[in-house]
Amino acid sequence: MEIFWYIAIGIVLTVFFVLDGYDFGTGIIHLFFAKKEKDKEVITKSAGLFWDSNEVWLVAAGGMLFMAFPTFYASVFSGFYLPLIIVLWLIVFRAIGLEFRGQFKYQMWKDIWDVSFGVSSLLLALFFGIALGNIVRGVNLGGVENGVSAHEGHYFFLPLWDSSFSPLTEHPGVIDWFTIIIGLIAVVTLAIHGANWVILKTNSSINSKLKGVIFKLNITLAVLTLFSLFVWQKVNPNSLDNFSDKPYLMVFPLIYFTGLIGLFFINKIKKDSHAFVLSTLIIVGGITSSLASLFPVILPSVNDTHEHLTIYNTAAESYGLSVALNWAIIGFILLIVYFIVQKRLMGGKVDHMDYGH
Amino acid sequence: MEDMIFYDRLQFAFTITFHYIFPQLTMGLSLMIVYFKWKFLRTQVEKYNNAAKFFMKIFAINFTMGVVTGIPMEFQFGTNWAKFSELTGGIIGQTLAMEGMFSFFLESSFLALFIFGEKLMGQKLHFLTGFLVFLGSWASGWFILATNAWMQHPVGYEILDNGKFVLENFSALFTNPWLLPAFLHNQMASVVTSAFVMASIGAFYILRDKHSEYGKLFLKTGVVFGLISSVLVAFPTGDWNAKNVAKYQPGTFAAMEGIFETEEAGAEIVLIGQPNMVEKKLDNKIAVPNILSFLTYQEWDKQIPGMDQFDADELPDNIPALYYSYHIMVGLGTIFIGVMALALFFLWRKKLYNIKPLLWTIMFLVPFPYIANITGWYTTELGRQPYLVYGLLRTSDGISPTVSSGNTLFTLLGFVALYMLLGLLFLILVGKTINQGPTPQKH
Repeated sequence: MEIFWYIAIGIVLTVFFVLDGYDFGTGIIHLFFAKKEKDKEVITKSAGLFWDSNEVWLVAAGGMLFMAFPTFYASVFSGFYLPLIIVLWLIVFRAIGLEFRGQFKYQMWKDIWDVSFGVSSLLLALFFGIALGNIVRGVNLGGVENGVSAHEGHYFFLPLWDSSFSPLTEHPGVIDWFTIIIGLIAVVTLAIHGANWVILKTNSSINSKLKGVIFKLNITLAVLTLFSLFVWQKVNPNSLDNFSDKPYLMVFPLIYFTGLIGLFFINKIKKDSHAFVLSTLIIVGGITSSLASLFPVILPSVNDTHEHLTIYNTAAESYGLSVALNWAIIGFILLIVYFIVQKRLMGGKVDHMDYGH
Repeated sequence: MEDMIFYDRLQFAFTITFHYIFPQLTMGLSLMIVYFKWKFLRTQVEKYNNAAKFFMKIFAINFTMGVVTGIPMEFQFGTNWAKFSELTGGIIGQTLAMEGMFSFFLESSFLALFIFGEKLMGQKLHFLTGFLVFLGSWASGWFILATNAWMQHPVGYEILDNGKFVLENFSALFTNPWLLPAFLHNQMASVVTSAFVMASIGAFYILRDKHSEYGKLFLKTGVVFGLISSVLVAFPTGDWNAKNVAKYQPGTFAAMEGIFETEEAGAEIVLIGQPNMVEKKLDNKIAVPNILSFLTYQEWDKQIPGMDQFDADELPDNIPALYYSYHIMVGLGTIFIGVMALALFFLWRKKLYNIKPLLWTIMFLVPFPYIANITGWYTTELGRQPYLVYGLLRTSDGISPTVSSGNTLFTLLGFVALYMLLGLLFLILVGKTINQGPTPQKH
């Protein structure tokens, strides 16, 4: 039952990063590449029409996590207190950037919200990557110092950074050089994903240029990926054990590399939707590989005093988990139906869609 | 420790107060939009359709604000109330996850379809999408109230040796005797807010002599919905809730009614007075004897326990705030019934649109249903203190064990600054929409 909920939440969270991921990526592309007002407008629209229905996946994932793994929810949300609240603020800035931009015709007004949308998207991508980095690196559960625990073994608290910025100290912060690398991978991945989305959904004048951008970003991503695999070994020596024990898990990294390699042929790919599928594969493969490398652990402990948090020692009791299965199945069917209805009605390019007014 | 609890509570109170400005309007408004759309389907008069679409614009702005201020609420269970989440997540996680999965998805998907899909779908389907938005927003209220009802009056649980609450009976969460009265009271109160907003916009259009055809429609609809909902908020739903408090949280009941000493031959109802916590009495009291006993138990001389019957650490920790919240809510609710009854009387005599003082009153009354709704929630939440789960888990035992007060103060200040900006933008946007009016724009 724990495994079912682990997979279900994993799927919902992955869907969130694929869907809202293109919104973040669109923001990054918008920030660096959109110059003409017409392009800016249509690029904002390609995210603005969808962000709120994409964000509900985050709310659903949060709710399910709370219900199925309350101890994990409590531990992680309080332990990463500051970065999480900052993410909340960024989500607000991203949303108001998208919603308020078109309300007045003054260029200055639009410029303000363009920056709000672009910068918060960039930082959100960075922070989500850093979060993933923190999960795979592990934290000092129980706040152990010289063998003495400061609090219960399933709680911790991380400052934003430690002055050494190193993942190898006794008290790593949220931001260190390892998590920054993972953060950058997320930024580059989502920028590629966003560029594909812009090409797919708009007729903006920078579309042809964006293909070249994707190619260059893809080279960066390949370099960063190989580098991160190398340093990951240093940070967490057991990181690849799961893959050697259960070779079938290799399918997840394979998904990642299929997307990565495929995108090197971006200029030969005829259909824009195929390129979008490839960047989706990178995101899906990246998240699932990270989770699979840890399974059944969901938050490793970096000290020997306290055990890792796993899906088994953080889950709710079995009656609750199985009764929730009944409504969750109905819920999942509804989610799929909504999703299909919405995509059908909002398909095609967004250039001529009416945005809210 | 003390200031940690204080900042955690203050941050939650601040963010939930700001958040609840938006859902209370959208829940009520969605019902009224469905009414306009239904009226259009029956009469084919374009005015009703334009009214529905106009209010859906206002709905959409509020919905966006509700989403961006709502996500911090879900997060804060984990960030600031980790121990509470750990101990009770197996139970309230159920209802909160259902809210995310069923109502939130329903509402946001069909809101987009309502706004963008009218031409694509045809009128009947368009009505259906509007109805589903209404269903989603009320279902959302239902699940949140189910969560709150469990905290007020826990049912269907078992407590393990390690202090964890474990779900034992899923359906008990929804048959909780606290839930239905609280839900109906809350939903009616949200209709009061939306009806007052609508009537206020109507009065504004009439007074300004702009869009006055719509002004009359909005005022009329607002007054009718406003009177019905104001009455229903008080009776039977408000009455029903008060009886529940008297039954399940007698200490809270004494505190919110301001009864310091038990009276043998029936309790009086306090209309005005200021709690004096040093001398344990009400200053400047005006009260009517025996009425409270009659209202609560239909017996004039029924004894109602006062605060003297309870230990101090079982009573709410801020009795004056609880007492004032409750009395502000009740006082405003009474005024609402009076004003709306008067307006309906003049509407019936076909004079309402010309009585300027009444129109001005209705226009400026718009903040007060918001205040009544929020003080109503303060009554519930302050009344449950000093517990998170009534009688079982104290508020001081629910906070995050590792987050220091300095960090919470930092984020609280950040929220205050950010929400001031949000509030300002919200007012600009709603103001602009109201100013443009409901007449279709030329493209």
